[in-house]
Parts: sequence; structure tokens; C-alpha cells
Amino acid sequence: MQADLVVIGAGPAGMAAAATATEAGLSVVILDEQARAGGQIYRDVTRSAARRGDILGQDYSAGLPLAAGLEQPSITHVTRATVWQIAPDGAVAYSVDGRGAIVHGRRVLLATGALERPMPVPGWTLPGVMTAGAGQILIKESGVVAGRAVLAGSGPLLYLIAAQMVRAGTPPLALVETQSRRDTVAALRHLGGALRGWRYLVKGLSMLAEIRRAGVPRYTAASDIAVAGTDRAEALSFVAGGKRHRIACETVFLHHGVVPNMQAARSLDIPHRWNAAQACFVPETDPWGRTEIPNVFIAGDGAGIGGAKAAEQAGRLAALEAARDLDRISADARDRAAAPVRAALRGELAVRPFLDRAYPPYAAALQPADATVVCRCEEVTAGDIRGYAALGCKGPNQTKAFGRPGMGPCQGRYCGLTVVSILAAETGQGMDETGYYRVRPPLKPVTLGELAAMEETPAEDPAVMAADGR
Amino acid sequence: MKTASPFLEIDADAARVTVRLDGADLSLPAGANLAAALLAAGVPVFRHTPVSGAPRGPFCMMGACFDCLVEVDGVTRQACLLTVEEGLEIVRAGPATAESADAS
Ligand code: FES
Repeated sequence: MQADLVVIGAGPAGMAAAATATEAGLSVVILDEQARAGGQIYRDVTRSAARRGDILGQDYSAGLPLAAGLEQPSITHVTRATVWQIAPDGAVAYSVDGRGAIVHGRRVLLATGALERPMPVPGWTLPGVMTAGAGQILIKESGVVAGRAVLAGSGPLLYLIAAQMVRAGTPPLALVETQSRRDTVAALRHLGGALRGWRYLVKGLSMLAEIRRAGVPRYTAASDIAVAGTDRAEALSFVAGGKRHRIACETVFLHHGVVPNMQAARSLDIPHRWNAAQACFVPETDPWGRTEIPNVFIAGDGAGIGGAKAAEQAGRLAALEAARDLDRISADARDRAAAPVRAALRGELAVRPFLDRAYPPYAAALQPADATVVCRCEEVTAGDIRGYAALGCKGPNQTKAFGRPGMGPCQGRYCGLTVVSILAAETGQGMDETGYYRVRPPLKPVTLGELAAMEETPAEDPAVMAADGR
Repeated sequence: MKTASPFLEIDADAARVTVRLDGADLSLPAGANLAAALLAAGVPVFRHTPVSGAPRGPFCMMGACFDCLVEVDGVTRQACLLTVEEGLEIVRAGPATAESADAS
């Protein structure tokens, strides 16, 4: 299969890019792991907006026109496609239901979005502990809502899921937030931007009012957060207002921000830089989303966290530049079409500095206690990582010589940032100096059968199931 | 097999089909996300880790964490990326058999 533009990910950035590219005359193949378009923010929107739009809210239903935009003859939407290798020349290898295939894109857009920032607290590996994003996905896709849940961490997403749970008739037992009054005061410095993004503020306040009216207890400046339980989550304990609290529950939803999903870009060795304000690594891209690999673009939260509306605009910009690059539109036409898109993007991003400062990550989860597991797959603790550092380990790839962090099936997706933070703190190096896991294909485990089903076998050793630090 | 679930279904109107979980019949909504359906049916533990035998259940629901790995019709797969179909044979890795179910 061939296409002018191969888009990886059918979230807001990918969907908008596909539609814009098609308008400019490009043929598009969009690969996505889910059965239906939407990404995580608009997960299953084509089915669920009608059924649960009242619970999920208008911002969710805003994904409908984007999903509808994929219904065009020049867009091939491959669903249930797991991408496991991307070559710099535009060959993208993927599997659907255990059958491997390759699509060649003259240009490739990585629109793989965000992951929840890992929030390693004691007990976070227990069944019943999930990311807040997972809690939302359960509501969106499946209409499944947690009956006795506590939400813990920081950020507007916690308010959104709390409000949605209230509307579903099962309010959370408590909202345990880690940000403090000092963070709010510090954020006021960015009030100008926040006022330009006033719609987000109004929404946040109205969600908070909804949560308060439902009588959901709310704690702030919480510390010492831990999940108790033996075989599953039984309670959340924490300190707030100088007192220790223990709330019995069956489900804990954790969240302290989202970070770019770097796996695809890292596998291509695209350079990343530490962004201190967002406390995450961000790939280096130009204002069109172009990377240092001429054929490869990145748009949306994967290029830096901006949220769904910003991702949509960034996807359009990347598509316009891809069309210009392939001589379908002139630079003038590109710039004319891009001007309103850039203005909209600026508007969406205006509120970010305020939000980033008002809802910083939970500090104790960035430098977890020694006994806390940081690598969920291989069950490596924070203390183990500190031990490696004491033995002279300076970077995350070196840790693999000492233990197996990052070598399990998730390939470091939920431990990478923690491991780097711990090493940086121990060695006194910066985050950029400390670096990140070298990610190698396959990006997801792939079997020999999947390779055998393909006509063109990629050169990588199929037995390598994880990023292996070569 | 069905136990009290910490999860509620908002619109439980889908036709139900029978799957087998560790050899026992379980009725789940047809076409539902398999991980979500198992959680709603009161199944919190999906596997035990190969390293320490600790119990695990779905964590991310978006195919990234691999904590929802179960064996479906003989192949180890992420339950959160699968759909409920009549007759699925689902086997969970117990503490003792954890090694054999390790995806690698
Ligand atoms: S729950 Fe994380 S991969 Fe399925």
C-alpha cells in the first residue's frame, strides 16, 4: 500500500491532518489502534456521543465532525492497526489481528498523542488503581463507571472526570489534589494568558461548582499519598490539612498531567529536549511540525502538551506543509490557509502556562520513596534505581546493565520519566544530560507469525520484544 | 462467576454472549471492550506478574501499559484492545503459571 501521507493515530491531530491533506489533494492512509476514530480524548465518539453525550459533555461531542471528516474516498482509515516500526524513508509496518503489513508514505505524520504522566505512589500497581484517563475511557467507550472511587493527583482532567461521574449518578468519594495555594498564587503571574483562554477557566470553575454541589469532599495540598490493599485497592491514605486521612474505596484514579507519547519519535532518534514548564521531554519540531528527518512530521500532544483543540490545529498545519512539500499547493496558498489556523492555535495555547503552573506534578511521585515500584513491568523500585546510580550508572540506558527497568512489554512508557528524574537527582546532572531510553522497534510486541504473514520482512530481529538499549 | 463489581454499567442494554474465563462460563455484553466488560463483571485481577506473582488489572485502558494481558484463544493479548465475542476462551496467568504467560 502507498499514500502521499501516512498518519499514525486517529485522535484530534491525526483526524484534522487527514482531512486537510485530502482537501489539498493528497492521498492519506491513517492507522489507528482502536476500532473507531477519536483517539483517547474522543474515544468512540461516533457511537457514544449520541448515547452518553449528556454525561460526557459538549467538548467530547466536538470530536464528531473530526471523525466525520475521515469519511472520504481518498482517506483509508485502517482500524485496529498496531504500528510497530517506522522507517525514516516512510515505510510503516503494522499489524491488524495478527497479520503484518507495510504502508509506504511519501510523508509520515506521527499523531500519537499523550500518555498519562507516570504517578508512582505506594500501591499504584494494585488492581483497582488506574489512570484517570482510563476511568474516562471506561465511561466513553463502555458506559462503565466506578462506583466507589477516589480521584488523586492534580490537573483539570480530575475535575472533568469528577463532573462526568457526578452526571452519571456515581460521584467520586473524594477528590484528593496535590497542588497547593502557593501554586495557585504563582500561577497568577500567567493570568494574562489565562484570561485570553478564559473559556477554559469558566469551564473549570463550572465543573468545580458541579462537584461541590454534589457534595464531593475535596482536599488540596495533599501529600504522603498511598494506596492500601493486599490483592486490590482498598483505601487511599494521605495527609492534608495536617491530618492523615484514609478513605475506603474500590477504585483509585491517579492523574498528575499528561506527557508526550515519545515512543514513535524516539524510535526514529528524533532529538528531544526537556521542557521544564511542562516537566516532560518534547521532540524538536519546526512551526509546521517537521522534524530533523525530512519525511517525518509530529503534531498534537506528541509534540508538546496543548490539549485536543490545539492538537487539531497543529494537525492542519502539518498537513498544509506536507502538501506544499509534495508540490500540491504553493507556499503562498499554504501560508494563506495557515494564518487563521495559527491564530486559533495561539488562542488554544494561551491558557497553558497558567495551567502548567497551577497544577504541577505531585512532587513525591517524581522522586518516589525507595520501596515504591517505578517500573511496573519488571517491578524495579526507586531504591533499585538509586542503587544503580550509587554504583556509577549515569543514564537510563545504562540502568539496563544493572536491572531490567524499561525492558518489559510497555518498553518504558510508564517508567521512563521517573527513572530519568531519579537518576538526574542522584547524579546532579540535568534531564537532557541524563537522556532517555533508546527506543528500538518493534514498538509493540510482534510475533513471528505476524512477520511471516508479511511480504516484506523488516530487518529488525523479531525476537526483540522490547527496547533493548543497543 | 459473577461477583459484586466495583463498576456499574450506565446503559446495560447490549445483547450478552457467553465467554469462558479460566474454564468457567461468563456472560458479557457482545461487542464491548473486553477489559471493560471483565471489570464490570467483577473481575479485578487479570494476571499475576512473572517477577513477583503480584496481581494486576487494567491500568491505562489504551494499550500502553500491558497490565491487562490475558490469554485469549491461546494467544497472549491486551484485553483492552479486544472486543467481546461469543465463545472467547480467556485464561489468566495465575501466580504459579506466570512464567508461561509472560508475553516475551
Ligand atoms: S490496560 Fe493498559 S494495555 Fe490494556
